[in-house]
Amino acid sequence: MPRGYAGKLLDVDLTEGRIREVKLPWKTLEDFFGGRGLAAKILWDRLGDHWSEVDPLGPENLLITLTGPLTAFYPGSRVCVSGKSPLSNGVVGSTTSTEFAMELKAAGYDGVIVSGRAEKPVYLLITDEGCDIRDASHLWGKTGEETIRLLNREVREELQRSRRGPQREPGILYIGPAGENRVRNAAVMTKLFHAAGYGGYGAVMGSKNLKAIAVKGYGPLPEVAAPETVKILWREVHRELIKRDRMRRWGTGYGGYYVAADTSSEPVRNWQEEWHDERRFGGPNFQFRFWVKPYHADFNCTTSCMKISCIKTGRWKGDITDMPDYELEAYLGPNLGIFNPEDVVHLSAVIDNLGHSGINIGNTMAFAAELYQRGILTEEDIGFKLEWGDVEAFDRLAHMIARREGIGDILAEGTYRAALKISEMKGVDALRYAVHVKGIEVGAHGIRSGRDYPTPIGYAASPQGGDHTSTTRDAYEDMAWSVFGDSAVVCSFCYHDSLIWEFARAVTGWDISKHRWCTEHGRRIMTLQQAFILLGGPDVYWDPDRDFDNPPRFYEPLPSGPYKGMKADRETVDRMKREYFKAMGWDERGIPTRETLQRLGLSYLDPYLQDMRR
Amino acid sequence: MERTVWIVRDHLRCTGCRRCEIACSLHHEGRIWPEASRIRIFMPFPGVEVIHLCAQCDDYPCVEACPVEALRVDEMTKAVLVDREKCTGCGACIEACPGHIPFLHPGDGKATICDLCGGDPECVKVCVEAGYRAIYAVEEEVDVNRKLFARPPLEVAQDIAVNLYGEKGLEVI
Repeated sequence: MPRGYAGKLLDVDLTEGRIREVKLPWKTLEDFFGGRGLAAKILWDRLGDHWSEVDPLGPENLLITLTGPLTAFYPGSRVCVSGKSPLSNGVVGSTTSTEFAMELKAAGYDGVIVSGRAEKPVYLLITDEGCDIRDASHLWGKTGEETIRLLNREVREELQRSRRGPQREPGILYIGPAGENRVRNAAVMTKLFHAAGYGGYGAVMGSKNLKAIAVKGYGPLPEVAAPETVKILWREVHRELIKRDRMRRWGTGYGGYYVAADTSSEPVRNWQEEWHDERRFGGPNFQFRFWVKPYHADFNCTTSCMKISCIKTGRWKGDITDMPDYELEAYLGPNLGIFNPEDVVHLSAVIDNLGHSGINIGNTMAFAAELYQRGILTEEDIGFKLEWGDVEAFDRLAHMIARREGIGDILAEGTYRAALKISEMKGVDALRYAVHVKGIEVGAHGIRSGRDYPTPIGYAASPQGGDHTSTTRDAYEDMAWSVFGDSAVVCSFCYHDSLIWEFARAVTGWDISKHRWCTEHGRRIMTLQQAFILLGGPDVYWDPDRDFDNPPRFYEPLPSGPYKGMKADRETVDRMKREYFKAMGWDERGIPTRETLQRLGLSYLDPYLQDMRR
Repeated sequence: MERTVWIVRDHLRCTGCRRCEIACSLHHEGRIWPEASRIRIFMPFPGVEVIHLCAQCDDYPCVEACPVEALRVDEMTKAVLVDREKCTGCGACIEACPGHIPFLHPGDGKATICDLCGGDPECVKVCVEAGYRAIYAVEEEVDVNRKLFARPPLEVAQDIAVNLYGEKGLEVI
């Protein structure tokens, strides 16, 4: 038995109402670990031979939720949600922090694979005794807050019936109305304000009529290879994390000001600018007015980058959200022309409750607002004026998208597909204003100033496109922080560069090192993800000669701020991309070579990729 | 007046990291086992974290209620100790506790109660180390206030929710 794993997965077919337990071969676990890597492998094994025909929102697609061997042991436990993405038509490993992960392992499962489509809304209830498919008609249409309240009570009462004393609430993954209505960039939500946002897996869950997965485990975490070492390392990693005072006291909640004012890489009005120095949008204006819990964490985390905010007065009294963190500050703030902290706290609570992904829907709404600014979309198209900074208008638009009403139905297709439709409708090129890479709306860290962490090819060369948590760098370091984190399924904000590898060895007993991971495992996983992106379909295919690129906007010069005039340089991007692909063992267009596939044990991909090579 | 160890608890400072449960179960069970931890954090709504562990009431209703005399008070620490040989897992101590704090161990079904780790509690070490001080140990005289901390977790949660979220807190639990 490999260590760190519970040893089995739940395999649920909602069409048939069939529940099985599956065990994966040791070799598969050792090669792909868990989370992102293992999800990609499971998807290939089940759907790979006809990938291009699989409709991401059809019953055949899988919704996979996986832990990894380090989950719940190493600080910052998360769960990874995956499947065929309805945005990129490839595979994204989308992670979120939640007790769901620990509870699942305590119940004896490493993950849940859901296929098919239920006739009526259902939720899954998982305990040590197994899995049950439950009616969720009473939860369908409910917001995040209502869903948590109802499910916590329902499950707790049920657990209490057969046990003595008060029982604790389950870990829950759920979708809001946005996921139910298959908004393509909808999130899988947890804990009111945490989201597995990138990839659009909320829509996949909605397409299966699956409202939620609730799990309560009573067992211990799985056995580890070296218990005494894990015990010591556990304290040691935490001592290191506790030293990171800046991250602990502010999280990323001060970013709305400094990412713009300092590094000039924050989206402002749909990335028309990346600089502002509006001080009333500073961290203290959020912290001292709204933070009711200045240190909040998920299971086994001392980074506590999340801070809970609540509006206590006025028309939005009772709005609860986290911070917002930098991404949502940016995407629901300056990117919509909004510079008032209270407006952003409110919009963040709205978006969480609807089950939108804040980054992605913030991108889509700003895209719509720019089209309005340019007269491409009119008041008649939208139903009201969509001016920058008008919080009421964006509040309304978010609801329309979640319910697919009016223009919301088009915008619910995500920025890229909405741009295609609007271009056709209006006879203009709306793609110029769509800030996405391979269908995934770009995270709130620009590349034009050259001062932020993503490289000029950070998004362009990545099989996860616009995902700011998995940007490409040098085909080595980028295998560690994100690919390892997403596959061991722990939080990258708890990543410690030397100790995490010692920890991995002590938990699994495998001979794993950073070098081995970055040259073998990481590249194996990314190469498999690249194959999925190259295959794409059925509604969208990516052309390696055209689409492995930055959005057009990044080639326009910054119009303001200390880095005015700077832009992505085509030649640099092309050169860096070629270097990156070469280091990955892919050809100059990004297609993995036969030798690379062989070296990584992925030769089974070759028949599907050989025709793409020149 | 006798001085004893007591774990001070402040729910509002709890982050919900549950390292206390990890430290407790590593100490008592040799592995990470949140449901076997003597200290348990209830989280009925995000942000509303309730620290649930024995308060060492001055009159020990749980000890009184045990029909087989499996519970006794440690002379030095004043913690409630469970004789697992004698315990039948009947749950009388859970009902007798004003906070329903004792629980039946998910492994052997026996009553399980915080034993203060013999006077040097592990949970406290990790919470203090992280700077949260949601729990910390004091050496103080036995105090009637201690029993006030033995409350059902949902009842405590209702107070915390209002403290954090104002009027909205009235409806979230």
